[in-house]
Amino acid sequence: MATGLTRFGRRMRWVPSVCNGRQFSTSFCDKDHNPPAKSFNLYTAINQALHIALETDSRAYVFGEDVGFGGVFRCTTGLADRFGKTRVFNTPLCEQGIVGFAIGLAAMGNRAIAEIQFADYIFPAFDQLVNEAAKFRYRSGNQFNCGGLTVRAPYGAVGHGALYHSQSPEAFFCHVPGLKVVIPRSPREAKGLLLSSIRDPNPVVFFEPKWLYRLSVEEVPEHDYMLPLSEAQVIREGSDITLVGWGAQLSIIEQACIDAEKEGISCELIDLKTLIPWDKETVEASVRKTGRLLISHEAPVTGGFGAEIAASIVERCFLRLEAPVARVCGLDTPFPLVFEPLYMPTKNKVLDSIKSTVNY
Amino acid sequence: MALSHLSSSSRSSTLLKPLTTSYLLRRPISTDSTPLTIETSVPFTSHQCEAPSRAVETSSKELLSFFRDMALMRRMEIAADSLYKAKLVRGFCHLYDGQEAVCIGMEAAITKKDAIITAYRDHCTFLGRGGTLLQVFSELMGRKDGCSKGKGGSMHFYKKDANFYGGHGIVGAQVPLGCGLAFAQKYSKDEAVTFALYGDGAANQGQLFEALNISALWDLPAILVCENNHYGMGTAEWRAAKSPSYYKRGDYVPGLKVDGMDALAVKQACKFAKEHALKNGPIILEMDTYRYHGHSMSDPGSTYRTRDEITGVRQERDPIERIRKLILSHDLATEKELKDIEKEMRKQVDDAIAQAKESPMPDPSELFSNVYVKGYGVEVIILSSYQLISILFFHDICYH
Repeated sequence: MATGLTRFGRRMRWVPSVCNGRQFSTSFCDKDHNPPAKSFNLYTAINQALHIALETDSRAYVFGEDVGFGGVFRCTTGLADRFGKTRVFNTPLCEQGIVGFAIGLAAMGNRAIAEIQFADYIFPAFDQLVNEAAKFRYRSGNQFNCGGLTVRAPYGAVGHGALYHSQSPEAFFCHVPGLKVVIPRSPREAKGLLLSSIRDPNPVVFFEPKWLYRLSVEEVPEHDYMLPLSEAQVIREGSDITLVGWGAQLSIIEQACIDAEKEGISCELIDLKTLIPWDKETVEASVRKTGRLLISHEAPVTGGFGAEIAASIVERCFLRLEAPVARVCGLDTPFPLVFEPLYMPTKNKVLDSIKSTVNY
Repeated sequence: MALSHLSSSSRSSTLLKPLTTSYLLRRPISTDSTPLTIETSVPFTSHQCEAPSRAVETSSKELLSFFRDMALMRRMEIAADSLYKAKLVRGFCHLYDGQEAVCIGMEAAITKKDAIITAYRDHCTFLGRGGTLLQVFSELMGRKDGCSKGKGGSMHFYKKDANFYGGHGIVGAQVPLGCGLAFAQKYSKDEAVTFALYGDGAANQGQLFEALNISALWDLPAILVCENNHYGMGTAEWRAAKSPSYYKRGDYVPGLKVDGMDALAVKQACKFAKEHALKNGPIILEMDTYRYHGHSMSDPGSTYRTRDEITGVRQERDPIERIRKLILSHDLATEKELKDIEKEMRKQVDDAIAQAKESPMPDPSELFSNVYVKGYGVEVIILSSYQLISILFFHDICYH
């Protein structure tokens, strides 16, 4: 349990692309005209998305622990003042209750946007998500659904979070047909993907990279826009190896790409964005081009979503692959206290793996 | 912490061994163990049971120990605050200052055979069970000499030889575990009980009611202690609970509301609860207490409550001040002697911090140990070049 993570530890210098406010090389879908955009950090972008969601749909609600006060990461600041306490409210500390309640609310045709304070605390609600939310439509023969449900939860490492404020539980939810799992990498992405998730007619679990809440800053259009779900994005083109990641890990991978480039290795970087149902085609097309694949995520390597990507791509591109699919992930240990730097799939680990895969 | 000697000389002698001798120094002022009877600050309020007497038996020795132990805890928590702000504490940090009387009073009524399980605000509970300051500060800083070898951090203190089952990170999750402990105690006819501590925030978790039903159904010697500090993080109790009378929320399970700022009342209630639990099964104790610090270190603790409220509690209800007044009014020690004790505690804390800072970081191989029992599960071994690199990298960080 903790309130806002204001201290981001020593690893800050390892993510210069976000620290410096530099952006990923390609940008969002709405490029035809130049809408007004200002620099915002990730939690402000989330906050904007929630404002828009409540503004544009009078049947949208935001709730969770301490949400009425702005939430521990300030994502819900100002919402209760603007939309009133009947639409933005605190819940007791009971995750199973929060999600069950949200499913019921959504089943009546509302948009229920529930916050779980940390992804580490989502497990009391696991049963509700897996057994109630995911299968509601299927088991009722499409009479009922909870498509208006979106569960937001901050996930991932922050440099000092230790065992219960650092975990990345996305793979558990990727094993559940009926749920969607979405993870943004930056403020602009977060706003567009969150609005899509809220408006998607399926229950979505939306994990927010808490390390980037304040660190990641980029231009975010102020208007209402959505980014498509289940569409991966090639954010860096290259020819020697395909790198796939999501969320906060992308900035780490991008750093490794830049270093690899100095050594003459051309990397193609893909942001998966939606983990299920995921965009196999984009990844496949890229691997067909490069012949090599590396996946990197913070969650432990065994049973991580990287395994699923690896298996699918081997199925589709077996004859085209020139090296085994590499996974640079968290170690198979609980998230450690002092050994976070060892546990994490750091830039150097990614770089090392890029080189060994290319030189296989 | 020399707590165990308070309850009975025959008990738990092993627990005193690891303690540094300075804790046990008997000052001339504190040797008197002639009984004293003191009335609790407010009457107990009971639910489905008859409340114990307000007259609590104590002694000059016990009161002075209460004072010394609470002063030590208070000082320790304030020091932990500074260490955190100096960025020496890893993980999260939740402080107990203000709530000391709950821990002290509970320890005075029970033995180390009884089990305690709590949530993440666990530093003082650990100290109360006989943990040392060195273990506390080393664990906070993730060092080898920590009580969990530097692998747990602030939220995960444990002490097996004193039946302290920790130190749990997920709100409310420790309470059903406590029922399991109580079942084992009952089954093996230990004549011991389990105190499962949780906060007013956790009191709204569903698993708490599952635990209550199970322990009542099987008459388990489980004592559910709700440390009601009135705020679940930033949420006042009445915002989160339809009925903030947590001692009544067991419905069919008896309950007692206790002034958790009065160590003697806590002692009386815990003694009563233990007898009740051994005979009749579970009981809820609601300790009306207060935390001076925010919920955790990143919560200033002042946005959802007024400064006046905090100052008011400090002036009117502070657990240490209450004992200080009792000692002075019964002429058991002078004001200067009490100040000297506080100074001594301060020194012990400073010395322990200095020592803890010298304690080495755990060996990097500890990252992979204790995930499974050796030979009984999947071994995590250093296989690939990435992991090797990460260790080299780690050394880079350490020695820079």
